[in-house]
Amino acid sequence: MSTTLLLIQILNGLQLGVLLFLIAAGLTLVFGVMGFINLAHGVQYMIGAYLTVWFYGLTGHFMIALILALAAALILGLLLETFIFSHLYDRDHLDQVLATFGVILFLNQAAKVLWGPTPLNMPAPEILAGSFQITENLQYPLWRIAIIAIGLIVALLLWFLVTRTRVGMLVRAGASNAEMVSALGVNIRRLFMVVFGFGAMLAGFAGAIAAPIYSVEPGMGDDLLITAFVVIVIGGIGSIRGAFIAALLVGLVDTLGRSTITDILKLFLEPSAANQIGPALASMAIYVLMAAVLFFKPSGLFPAKGAA
Amino acid sequence: MKKLLIGATAALALLAAPALAKDTLKIGMIVTLSGPPGALGNQARDGFKLAMDKLDGKIGGMETEFILEDDELKADVAQSKAKALVEKEEVDFVVGTIFSNMLAAIYKPVIKSDTFLISPNAGPSTFAGKNCHPNFFVTSYQNNQNFEVLGKIATDKKYKKVFMLAPNYQAGKDSMAGFKQNYKGDIADEVYTPLGHKDFSAEIARMSESGADALFIFMPGGMGVRFVKQFRASGLADKMAFLSAFTVDETTLPGQKDDAVGMNGATNWAPDLDNDQTKAFVAAFEKEYGYIPGGYAMQAYDTAMLINSAVKKAGGVKDQDAVREALAAADFESLRGDFSFNNNNYPIQDFYLLEVVKRDDGKFHTSIVEQVYDDYADSYAAECKL
Repeated sequence: MSTTLLLIQILNGLQLGVLLFLIAAGLTLVFGVMGFINLAHGVQYMIGAYLTVWFYGLTGHFMIALILALAAALILGLLLETFIFSHLYDRDHLDQVLATFGVILFLNQAAKVLWGPTPLNMPAPEILAGSFQITENLQYPLWRIAIIAIGLIVALLLWFLVTRTRVGMLVRAGASNAEMVSALGVNIRRLFMVVFGFGAMLAGFAGAIAAPIYSVEPGMGDDLLITAFVVIVIGGIGSIRGAFIAALLVGLVDTLGRSTITDILKLFLEPSAANQIGPALASMAIYVLMAAVLFFKPSGLFPAKGAA
Repeated sequence: MKKLLIGATAALALLAAPALAKDTLKIGMIVTLSGPPGALGNQARDGFKLAMDKLDGKIGGMETEFILEDDELKADVAQSKAKALVEKEEVDFVVGTIFSNMLAAIYKPVIKSDTFLISPNAGPSTFAGKNCHPNFFVTSYQNNQNFEVLGKIATDKKYKKVFMLAPNYQAGKDSMAGFKQNYKGDIADEVYTPLGHKDFSAEIARMSESGADALFIFMPGGMGVRFVKQFRASGLADKMAFLSAFTVDETTLPGQKDDAVGMNGATNWAPDLDNDQTKAFVAAFEKEYGYIPGGYAMQAYDTAMLINSAVKKAGGVKDQDAVREALAAADFESLRGDFSFNNNNYPIQDFYLLEVVKRDDGKFHTSIVEQVYDDYADSYAAECKL
């Protein structure tokens, strides 16, 4: 593999990584602060994408569509929290898994009823719709670079929010010891709501910016949710910093794994055998990474206690 | 809701059944209607219903009861629904399925009950060779044929080096084997991605370095939508020929739009095939359902017309041998024009090279470029003892 190809794959890995981070950030906070397993978090990603496509169809303007979609995703997240999830906080994890799984089924089907089963198309905003020549044959879409930039900016903002503001302090305190925070007179219920709504909006944001490169279809968030869980387990539950580093790590390992493992196997296996085994191994790479991390650091790279 | 309605009509029909039991024809359809792959089943359902409307609800001149079932792309669901259709409803024909693994699930219960099984899409090799059965018919194609046709096209066009891409499951492997059967040039690489793959940027980067002048691709459904979008954005679409099966068709084009224009596929029909019945069908279909029909709708429509011709010819469904004979004769006007059954009850038909075009009203469809094969039969028929 040439150096340019390696560079392209690193860019691809980073781009997948920041998308994963946007999803995992909300997931890790909700799980870390509230101890609540929200399988429906991936659906928020799908909703963000669908809302953006829908508002884009209505307004014809990407930025306006994005802002409206974010607002709508936030409202929807808060509604879900108030009417469904808030009743589940005191239940055990199995109940939460079952109930939020039900929400996935319901919302996936709702998206199909509202927008049809066919994947929808979403163009990138015009100023970033172009691409630049990266090698003689290959162009690289500007939008993918923009996703990396946007992801890094959001990560920076989140870091500021969590480490330098009062709400952030409460969130960190909540992640370490929610009962104690509550005992000190903080309205933990409202804190939960803020965290949840914010997490839902971040996932929706990820869906919105991913829409121009992937396809918008029912169930599009389901696979990413599993990967996002891998990210928060590797990063340490409740830790934004952990989610960030783990997301980039998972993005890179997944992308580079897919592009190199088969080639490496071809060095000492028959090409046909390598073609059989390579893709299977590549799909496993991130889980192997997770197992390895957990072996050495059972509570993840940056466990929440004392650090965020 | 739709399911409820269908259930309700079915229940009503059941109540009314004793009165018309003698001259009612019962047809059960099992296709995939839920989830993203449901787009395919929707086409099949709409195609079949359009044929029924055209026949005033009377297939073969008989009062027809149509029972629609969703297999949800789950083998156990498909199987139990097939059992219910043949045991409880005692249907005369089962029409299904879209996906080959669903066909494998319903095949045994339906065939065992001496009911006719007609597949409007899935055409696996399993039942085409020595396991062929007189009561099992396929109105689409043998699955490998589309890929074999692409291999022939690649050879005819003298592409020197082909990069191959397919999902990592049985149909993906079959697709590559089918392509290689007729392709004589070099292969740059064979790459398998996970099923449901999202981001093809790693694979596209490899293609750009592979020196291939053509791409063979099998990426059905949402995977195809994502791939075409990303392939177009990479600029490779202008540098490599794009030979695809089930990747750019009427079910994916609403999501691919302009990105897919000019890309090639190969199959047995396109909405602009030049014959009167296709023109009338496409016009009526668009008027009724508001979208352009693809092969799935066409094949379901043909299936209904095939049953219509057979029941008419046999004068009802009481004499199974007469119906079987009439089905095998395929004495109906296919939207494809030329259509006949081989000894294994799989079609012998023409295959075409297709290209995606944008219509004046801004909608997209596949369009015939040229005929690749005339009366093409599948390669398993010789093993069938029928």
